[in-house]
Amino acid sequence: MLNVSGNFPEYAVPGAKQVRFEPYADNGGSVVAIAGDDYAVIGADTRLSTGFSIYTREQKKLFKLSERTVLGATGCWCDTLTLTRLLQARMQMYEHDHNKSMSTPAVAQMLSTMLYYKRFFPYYVSNVLAGLDADGKGCVYSYDPIGHCERSNYRAGGSAGAQLQPLLDNQIGLKNMQNVTEVPLPREKALALLKDVFISAAERDIYTGDCIYILIITANGIQEEKFELRKD
Amino acid sequence: MSSIGTGYDLSASQFSPDGRVFQVEYAAKAVENSGTVIGLRGKDGVVFGVEKLVTSKLYEPGANKRIFHVDEHVGMAVSGLISDARQIVETARSEASNYRSQYGIQVPLKYLNERVSMYMHAYTLYSAVRPYGCSVVMGTWTDYEGPQMYMLDPSGVSFSYFGCAVGKAKQAAKTEIEKLKLADMSVKDLVKEAARIIYLVHDELKDKQFELELSWVSEATKGKHELVPREVASEAENLAKQALADIEDSDEGEM
Amino acid sequence: MAFMGDTMNPAPLWHNGPTPGAFYNFPGNSSTYGPGSHPASDFKAHSASPITTTTTVIGLKFDKGVVIAADTLGSYGSLARFRDCPRVMKVNDLILLGNGGDYADFQYLKDIIEQKIIDEKCIGDGLQLKPRSLHCWLTRVLYNKRSKMDPLWSNYVVAGIQDGEPFLGAVDKLGTAYEDAAIATGLGAYMATPLLREAVDKGGLDEQGAKALVQKCLEVLYYRDARAFQRYQLGVVTADGVTVEDLAEITPRWELAHMIHMK
Repeated sequence: MLNVSGNFPEYAVPGAKQVRFEPYADNGGSVVAIAGDDYAVIGADTRLSTGFSIYTREQKKLFKLSERTVLGATGCWCDTLTLTRLLQARMQMYEHDHNKSMSTPAVAQMLSTMLYYKRFFPYYVSNVLAGLDADGKGCVYSYDPIGHCERSNYRAGGSAGAQLQPLLDNQIGLKNMQNVTEVPLPREKALALLKDVFISAAERDIYTGDCIYILIITANGIQEEKFELRKD
Repeated sequence: MSSIGTGYDLSASQFSPDGRVFQVEYAAKAVENSGTVIGLRGKDGVVFGVEKLVTSKLYEPGANKRIFHVDEHVGMAVSGLISDARQIVETARSEASNYRSQYGIQVPLKYLNERVSMYMHAYTLYSAVRPYGCSVVMGTWTDYEGPQMYMLDPSGVSFSYFGCAVGKAKQAAKTEIEKLKLADMSVKDLVKEAARIIYLVHDELKDKQFELELSWVSEATKGKHELVPREVASEAENLAKQALADIEDSDEGEM
Repeated sequence: MAFMGDTMNPAPLWHNGPTPGAFYNFPGNSSTYGPGSHPASDFKAHSASPITTTTTVIGLKFDKGVVIAADTLGSYGSLARFRDCPRVMKVNDLILLGNGGDYADFQYLKDIIEQKIIDEKCIGDGLQLKPRSLHCWLTRVLYNKRSKMDPLWSNYVVAGIQDGEPFLGAVDKLGTAYEDAAIATGLGAYMATPLLREAVDKGGLDEQGAKALVQKCLEVLYYRDARAFQRYQLGVVTADGVTVEDLAEITPRWELAHMIHMK
């Protein structure tokens, strides 16, 4: 950013203090998604905050885009609202055009394009997309704010993303472990792990807490679950 | 209207040799084919009565309304081509809204009338457009100026009235209105008169079905233009039917 | 061939007349002047800061409705300049709206909302704007302005009755929107929300209780917020409709002041 007083001191006006308008806010929140062979689980906390104050303790951050795709979005909440509303409109248009709902990989690609479209005034949102792919296998896609997209089996995003990802790497990815054999992750274990990592996040991250909503996506549809976190 | 097809009636931008603009006169004809609309200005408000001809039994009751709200305080009753009239209503609404955003108060009817008249008049000047095939009546009530009412013609001419009528039976309606002492009457009485006149001038042989539309803007409605409440309207309508039946009875008696 | 003029782009049929199929704007008509007819890019400088500001606005749900309150001071920086700036407005029979932030921005949007309501009444089908719709609409307006880097410097609190249930939502100048049972903006976010949330968590708030609590919050704010004021406006929305009460005043009790020592 070009800064007058920093880069061009001779042009800076003394005295008058300019308040520059900041179009972004950090409203916090974390998302974690885990994919298994025939399911995907995704959870997000319900705390919406700014600085040291909490706007609300019951803001859902998971968006059901179809019967097999769910988006978890955190970051700048006004961007999240706009992006998800646009996404839902695009989902509907696709359905009208093609007479079927969009597959999860297709949503993933579309989201990437929509984010990159605003490359030079980005949506400041951390997105994690979870669902079942065309073969019915669980999948997780994660993004950076300007549209870089990557498929994986587990991902943590949002304010506690950097804290949780190494934990998931260890517990699910079995990284830095010796003498372990990879076995398919059962749904119950994924669910328990998800709750555990959020409990940890709520301990250390002031932007994560209050409650989590978990959506469990299987071929039979989407199940919702609620889990309380610490509220301080 | 004797000289039909002399070639001077194809454009609104050309006079005939005897100084007439035929397109405007034809537009007035379009209004004369429409149901009768009357406006009555009493001592405490304005009442509109409309004979809305129902051309098909398949229409829902209340469809194609001919009384509109222009702003909270201004009502408009229209006769003539309904689609043309709707555009005039839109114009009037945007004028009223513009005025409010500029000056922060409700638009004076005198000014609104001037603007809408100018707009209608503009459509009598050019060859590529046709005049509006509708006449409209606008009315309001304010505590500082009392009731006001204007009628606008397709030509862009407009006058302020105590009582006015347009449409099919405007002559008969005007005769009836002239019998009233409008300046001394309250809107409560005028509603009954309006209903009676519309029922009286309706031609049952030519136009079978019609709906009576009634609205008012008065001191009692706090200067807001409103459709006449259902109970009041149906009372007025019943009285009108009764009056009509009485006349028919006495006619039979004479014969 | 110059005499033929531009054959690819012929001149319009006539000048200064109405365009067929379009509304005719008379020359000098208000709508052809003013900032509305210029794209935002015509202007280089955007409003970067608020001028006349108002402070906290409080919203609280109770069993059968919602209450909103705000004081009436318009501050000019640290100067208590305007003492009669009402900012709780009745939108229609279902919605009550409160505002804090730049007062000019509020007046601007208030006029637009009032015209929206008139337009709706003109349609005459008896349908009314509902609180969730207004809340969403405000989100879009404020977000679009922030995206042009020309924000409306305002917080809005929307209260109302949506399908028989109380509704309370807030929008800030970025378009950040949320719903909650208790909302306080500005300095009130720090000083009033704890009091409000305590009562909400306890439950069983009725209209009397909610009003009393909101008044208590305003009193606390008056003691500590240098931009707060004695005089305030309070509005209530229930299924019976919207009422904005007459201006009222806090009766401050400064007897306690001598007990507070700054060391």
